[in-house]
Amino acid sequence: MSGEEHSAYTYLRQTKKFPNVWCSGCGIGIVMGSLIRAIDRMGLDKDDIAIVSGIGCTGRMPVYMDFNTMHTTHGRALAFATGLKLAQPRLHVIVVMGDGDALAIGGNHFIHSARRNIDITAIVVNNTIYGMTGGQYSPTTPIDGRATTAPYGNIEQPLPMCELAIAAGASFVARSTVYHAVELDRILEQAIRKHGFSLVEARSYCHTTYGRINKLGSAVDMMRSLKENSVSLAQAEKLTPEERSARIVRGVLWDVEKPEYTDLYDNVIERAQGKSGPGLRNAGGH
Amino acid sequence: MIVKLMQGNEAVSWGALAAGCRFYAGYPITPSTEVAEMLSIELPKIGGKFIQMEDEIASLAACIGASVGGLKSMTATSGPGFSLMQEHIGYAAMTEVPCVIVNVQRLGPSTGQPTSASQGDVMQARWGTHGDHPIIVLSPTSVRESFDLTVTAFNFSEKFRTPVILLLDEVIGHMREKVELPDFDKVQPIERELNSVPPEWYMPYGDSPTDVPPMSNFGTGYRYHITGLFHDQKGYPTQRLDEIDPWIERVHRKIERNLDEIILYEEEETDSARTVILSYGASARSARQAARIGRQQGLKIGLVTLQTIWPFAEEVVDRVAHNARRIIVPEMNLGQLALEVERVAGRQKVVRVNRANGEMVTPQMILDAIKGD
Repeated sequence: MSGEEHSAYTYLRQTKKFPNVWCSGCGIGIVMGSLIRAIDRMGLDKDDIAIVSGIGCTGRMPVYMDFNTMHTTHGRALAFATGLKLAQPRLHVIVVMGDGDALAIGGNHFIHSARRNIDITAIVVNNTIYGMTGGQYSPTTPIDGRATTAPYGNIEQPLPMCELAIAAGASFVARSTVYHAVELDRILEQAIRKHGFSLVEARSYCHTTYGRINKLGSAVDMMRSLKENSVSLAQAEKLTPEERSARIVRGVLWDVEKPEYTDLYDNVIERAQGKSGPGLRNAGGH
Repeated sequence: MIVKLMQGNEAVSWGALAAGCRFYAGYPITPSTEVAEMLSIELPKIGGKFIQMEDEIASLAACIGASVGGLKSMTATSGPGFSLMQEHIGYAAMTEVPCVIVNVQRLGPSTGQPTSASQGDVMQARWGTHGDHPIIVLSPTSVRESFDLTVTAFNFSEKFRTPVILLLDEVIGHMREKVELPDFDKVQPIERELNSVPPEWYMPYGDSPTDVPPMSNFGTGYRYHITGLFHDQKGYPTQRLDEIDPWIERVHRKIERNLDEIILYEEEETDSARTVILSYGASARSARQAARIGRQQGLKIGLVTLQTIWPFAEEVVDRVAHNARRIIVPEMNLGQLALEVERVAGRQKVVRVNRANGEMVTPQMILDAIKGD
């Protein structure tokens, strides 16, 4: 050990929090590390950052980090975050969710947060399964993948969350994996800097449930498969659509400028204050 | 003084503004929508925020988020939306985040009859979310009371760090009355007690002489954790019994030790009355009229009108039941608060007068019950 303190220590809560709840070999901690490195690189004040989560393995992420943190209900983190962001627009509001959390029970909030283009950074750690409850199929489980509730193989199409976010109105959409941590650092920094709704899909795996049920090997094997089965956007362009659909395409998929919700609401306030509406006093009070 | 003809839902909106509400999130639903419409006009005029969310679940979530961000927050809904909000009422109780939930009751269950009145959500307001939790539920009988109790709802919510439910019914929500409202600068809203110790000493859920720990709003330098899991005094999840038990005891104690302040009611002529009518909400209007007519006919009738229906006014009912031979409980449901009255007064003394078809209990129905035995 060198005498120098690891840069992440500044951002971690030291008391009573560790060890964490995640299985050894889990990818969620890598996403947390990436998030901390992105925040550190940006030089943001810890007081100005709020991390909001829902329920599930990823939902446990905020408690370890020394920011304003809120562990909410299953699927609703983006709705809580919307209220918080409107109340305190200067806060960087970052929402961390799992795939079941964000896209099944929270699907409605996912769509409408993107549609409002509110300045929230949404990170979905996609491990294609409900991990905390023991391996039930999720909205991103591959077809034919087995789960404790899909014992004969999954028959539901996986939800393309990035395409959904783009269609719904997000400003920034990107994807990487927990194997490509350096790339993920950079993408998360871009996402936090983006003024508008941004989605980062961080592809991970669950060796404890999905890996075991589908005989995909250890955490190392599943990590290797993220490396071997993913391609950068530039590489993907050289592939046929069929080849491409079998791969995880990494990179910034969407990055546009459009009006942001809290800015637009400031305009509403200006309009409301600029004209005399049907206020109580104006409407006959004295 | 402001004199105006307005409906209960409008009075709720003005009450919220007078109490310092600066955030509203809601989803349209009859018969509560006027609250949202009015606040969408009025809030931005004073720099407040209004947002129409994608459903009622999100609405209460946004209110809790905004309250954590430091804004007094409110949502309004009716039966189906109130059902959807239950999980977050529990979250607000667990995390002790102030917020006000208005439920303008309509006939249920399910979609029921959206434009008909009901008092069918009395038990849901108390026990709708899972687990043992304290709650405060207020219910006005008039347009003016709708204003006052909305202010009170915010004050209780901020003072005791608890969700407060304001139960209107469709009659009170849509009825127009001439009201005299105080000038808003005469209304004295209670602000949440903010924490003032250095951040490194801060215990978000620590012991406090009032049992209500001072709160810190996000973004003010106190970085802490909020969770719906059972948590220790620092706010971190715990499974330790010696941390769970004190939490449960404290959150109930913070309400129970203040019952004298929280339980609001009116009482008239109960000392000499053999018959007492106990009611709340729109049914209390029929109760008053029945008492008036009955007294003109020479009957001795006492009247108790509850503005606070949860926590239940046990001591009041116990005392009244001591003197009275029977207690008439008119409700626009099949007997919900009557269960509590029976628990305290004994079943033999309680006469239920119920109507659950969307129409009000009439004074005549109450008089018939008084004369019935």
